[in-house]
Amino acid sequence: MATLKIENLCKSYGTVDILKNIDLDVADGEFVVLVGPSGCGKSTLLRCIAGLEAIDAGNLHIGSRRVNDLAPAQRKIAMVFQSYALYPHRNVHDNMTFGLRFSGMDKAEMERRVAAAAKMLQLEPLLARRPRDLSGGQRQRVAIGRAIVREPDIFLFDEPLSNLDAALRVSTRIEIAKLHRLLSATMIYVTHDQTEAMTLADRIVVMNSGRIEQEGAPLDLYYRPANLFVARFIGSPAMNLFEASSGQGVVRADGIRKIDLGTAAFPDGRLTIGVRPEHFRLADTGDLVLEAGVDLIERLGEISYAHLRMPGGAPLIVELRGRMVPARGEKIVIAADRRDVHLFDATGAGIALAFA
Amino acid sequence: MTAMRPRLATLAIHSVLSAYTLVAILPILLVLMNSFKARNAIFAAPLMPPLGTTFSLVGYAKVLSTAHAGTYFANSMLVTLISMFLVLLFGAMAAWALTEYKVRGTTLLAIFLSIGIMVPIRLGSVAILTMMRRLGLNDTLIALILVYVAQGLPMAIFILSEFIQQIPRDLRDAARCDGVPETLIFFQVIAPLLRPAIATVAVFTIVPIWNDLWFPLILTSSERTHTITLGVQQFLGQYITDWNAVLAALSLAILPVVVIYILFSRQLISGLTAGAVK
Repeated sequence: MATLKIENLCKSYGTVDILKNIDLDVADGEFVVLVGPSGCGKSTLLRCIAGLEAIDAGNLHIGSRRVNDLAPAQRKIAMVFQSYALYPHRNVHDNMTFGLRFSGMDKAEMERRVAAAAKMLQLEPLLARRPRDLSGGQRQRVAIGRAIVREPDIFLFDEPLSNLDAALRVSTRIEIAKLHRLLSATMIYVTHDQTEAMTLADRIVVMNSGRIEQEGAPLDLYYRPANLFVARFIGSPAMNLFEASSGQGVVRADGIRKIDLGTAAFPDGRLTIGVRPEHFRLADTGDLVLEAGVDLIERLGEISYAHLRMPGGAPLIVELRGRMVPARGEKIVIAADRRDVHLFDATGAGIALAFA
Repeated sequence: MTAMRPRLATLAIHSVLSAYTLVAILPILLVLMNSFKARNAIFAAPLMPPLGTTFSLVGYAKVLSTAHAGTYFANSMLVTLISMFLVLLFGAMAAWALTEYKVRGTTLLAIFLSIGIMVPIRLGSVAILTMMRRLGLNDTLIALILVYVAQGLPMAIFILSEFIQQIPRDLRDAARCDGVPETLIFFQVIAPLLRPAIATVAVFTIVPIWNDLWFPLILTSSERTHTITLGVQQFLGQYITDWNAVLAALSLAILPVVVIYILFSRQLISGLTAGAVK
């Protein structure tokens, strides 16, 4: 187990900069999830950590070792791939031992590790099978087993659940969370699925076009997004955002019936106001009160999503509980508390509200 | 109506294919049939199958009793198999290197090799002959093997490169994370997955080498180094009227190619990568 320290890492393919000045510290035993839309560089960052891609600038430290110029195997990392990447012509047992053979490990130790991993992942009855005779979930467990037997300093996961069906994804996600607790290993996990990120991570790193937008505990990102990108990315359905303008401490936008953000200091000019769908309620009292027309109602049973349109044209989604929901075409009034209101300035950066 | 159209199309395709198959197979069938017939029957009724009185093994007896027939066959086998082995080994390794390691010059090298596919090697016959003589390799099987390896390599590299590109990159990356040495990544992880492609290339390589008459003709001069195709020609020269021997020798020459094809065609059915990913 070890820490990981990334300093000013840069990576480009030709003239395209994939990663721009990445700084990241990962504590011993921490579970860090890299999230972001496809093409944001999260997988490339993971491959750089693994040593599968050379970096153009910066430093990588695992524990006290600088690993910039070390081959993947020497970095003491293990990687689990989205496609599992099992050796197709070797059985489960040999898939796990194949890599160990080149480390000069003696056979007894090898067998001990395989037995332990197989027990942990319930692979014991499958040891003699080949990958093609396994289900997707079993293959992914073998891939995880192959990582475990290496007893690496850092586990790297590259979207390990993306090829599994929905039910298996949930159960494997829980397995990975248990595994992290059991091994208390440092893990870095790449995904574009925010549910995985929210449930697994000690810390989430949100990436966008080669930069880290924000890092923090899952709930910090949820409650205090640092900028518009993170606000849009974390949460489902996404946060409602609409434009407003401010002057002399007063915020205006079509459809705002009342806004009282207390003592918050915000600049004059264009602003974006954000409120999550789950933080609105059907009421006409609150710190922020809006009026909007109902475009569409989606009833999911326990909850309903009301798709609204503000007089200015901005769309809103409001999560409603209970059986009473407004009808299409109706004009309704919704309210939110000021602690659930997010403000962003013209550059997209979050404005810290005094009470937040 | 909609069901009729594909059926008609299928019928048309199959009739064209069947016609072509007949054109391709009939001469071979004719050779095989007549090789089992007595000499006068060959000329009297060349299109009749060997039946009753016309059946005769005299051609085969003559071929097998000729002292050099065994040598010819052994030479052909040796040259073909060694060439095939070298083409496959070097071809697969080169294809791996060209696709996996991007260094300066790989593109140039790939273009150079594709020229090898386009330009027939026979154009260089004179140069090859002089070169072999200078090297003291004329009238040796090594000369033939060298030429055939050069002839087979470009196509082998081309086909195998295409195949290697289809092998998921994750597999090589996983092996690298596992600490598998680069040479073993090729021989133990990639090569087993290339089996269907290697079988294809093997068939493509073997057939022209086995059937080749040109290079044995210009590069070998003594009976010690003749291959079967050249040996048959000499039958023609010596026993110009003895069609039995010629047809029997040709029939025998077909056999090994057919056997090798059947052996490899089982490998041609791929699906070996199933289970590697997804």
